[in-house]
Amino acid sequence: MTKQPDHRHDRHGAHHDHDQHHDHGSELTEMQLRVRALETILTEKGYVDQAALDAIVDAYETKIGPHIGQRVVARAWADPAFRKALLADGTAAIAGLGLVSRIGDHLVAVENAPGLHNMVVCTLCSCYPWEVLGLPPVWYKSAPYRARAVKDPRGVLAEFGVTLPADTRIRVWDSTAETRFLVLPLQPAGTEGWSEERLAQLVTRDAMIGTGLPKRPHEAAS
Amino acid sequence: MNGVHDMGGMDGFGPVSPQADEPVFHAVWEGRVMAMMRAMGAAGAWNIDMSRYSRETLPPDVYLSSSYYRKWLLGMELLLLDRGFVDAGEIAAGHALRPAKQLRRGKFTPADVERVMSRGKFGRAAPAPARYRPGDRVRARNMHPPTHTRLPRYVRGHVGLVERVHGCHAFPDSLAVGGGDDPQWLYTVVFGGRDLWGDDADPTLTVSVDAFEPYLVTA
Repeated sequence: MTKQPDHRHDRHGAHHDHDQHHDHGSELTEMQLRVRALETILTEKGYVDQAALDAIVDAYETKIGPHIGQRVVARAWADPAFRKALLADGTAAIAGLGLVSRIGDHLVAVENAPGLHNMVVCTLCSCYPWEVLGLPPVWYKSAPYRARAVKDPRGVLAEFGVTLPADTRIRVWDSTAETRFLVLPLQPAGTEGWSEERLAQLVTRDAMIGTGLPKRPHEAAS
Repeated sequence: MNGVHDMGGMDGFGPVSPQADEPVFHAVWEGRVMAMMRAMGAAGAWNIDMSRYSRETLPPDVYLSSSYYRKWLLGMELLLLDRGFVDAGEIAAGHALRPAKQLRRGKFTPADVERVMSRGKFGRAAPAPARYRPGDRVRARNMHPPTHTRLPRYVRGHVGLVERVHGCHAFPDSLAVGGGDDPQWLYTVVFGGRDLWGDDADPTLTVSVDAFEPYLVTA
């Protein structure tokens, strides 16, 4: 889980915002001033209501994140019928779980298997399954990842501390359209019969992107 | 367009640097930019492909040296100016100086928030049957439109296999330039790593893109 920024008392927008790494009274950065000015203009022109902007920010900071994907993967590990449904139609299967109020069309779950590892990238911009993983991390949107994931995925995986067997096939999914991909990692050996809650603790965000593997059984709380 | 945003296969950017316990936003202004972009899009000021295209048209040095949300801000300013929602004098003044332009869906209010929390719907009724089926060999066209496209350069000219058919979707190349939905069939097409990157490439690698039918020819 990502940590929450420590400015929650001060989230009402343009006239109070400050960089979380700076104290009150510090000099405003160029970006703060520029963004504040634009928000003022859009508000004065009646295009947006600041409370609506607050609600969007709040949703991504507190409600939507990888904990949703963790529950999806844990259910798929624990429930073969759900796994089958998820692979057949990710959007419909996840909508049926009731974890999120809305789920976008064409969410595709891709399954790792012994000898097959899936990895997701968006070389052209930053497409990512927001509804189940939240907003993408900076590295996912960065030039190094976008450039190399499709050409040298093993080199990229090494930078995440992941080494796969040399004969494991790697399949990279470049998200070039309004389809979104969620990797269904292999269930760790020795976790058969675990509850979904316990299984979910093993599912990392990076395992659902394909740049990581699930945690090992002893890393879960008992 | 053949811009620097089309990064697949480029060298020289260095290692990937994951940050442990990364916050959702690194500064408050990043969240405000994200929210303004989503809100204005949902209010009908632009579509998602126009917003992608606006970032692609940033000067290459600006694109490469700007943080993610700085690119969003710069792209959004371009969109607001180009589409007449804000003018340069207002950006300079930091205040509204002229009457607003009508938004297609009206002011974005808290009641609209839930609607932006999932992606838009891009599936469309098919104007014609799909030309390809899973297993068909196709070649990604050698095409270089000067405007927005979602066919990355690294697959152009290469032969792959159709793996999935995702139905008929609104076509980004058209939407980005205000041309309407122009629905097209969408396919997952898989390429061999060595076909894309040569004999030194990882022999276990396959790479897929989701390609619209106008990007493909029979091979």
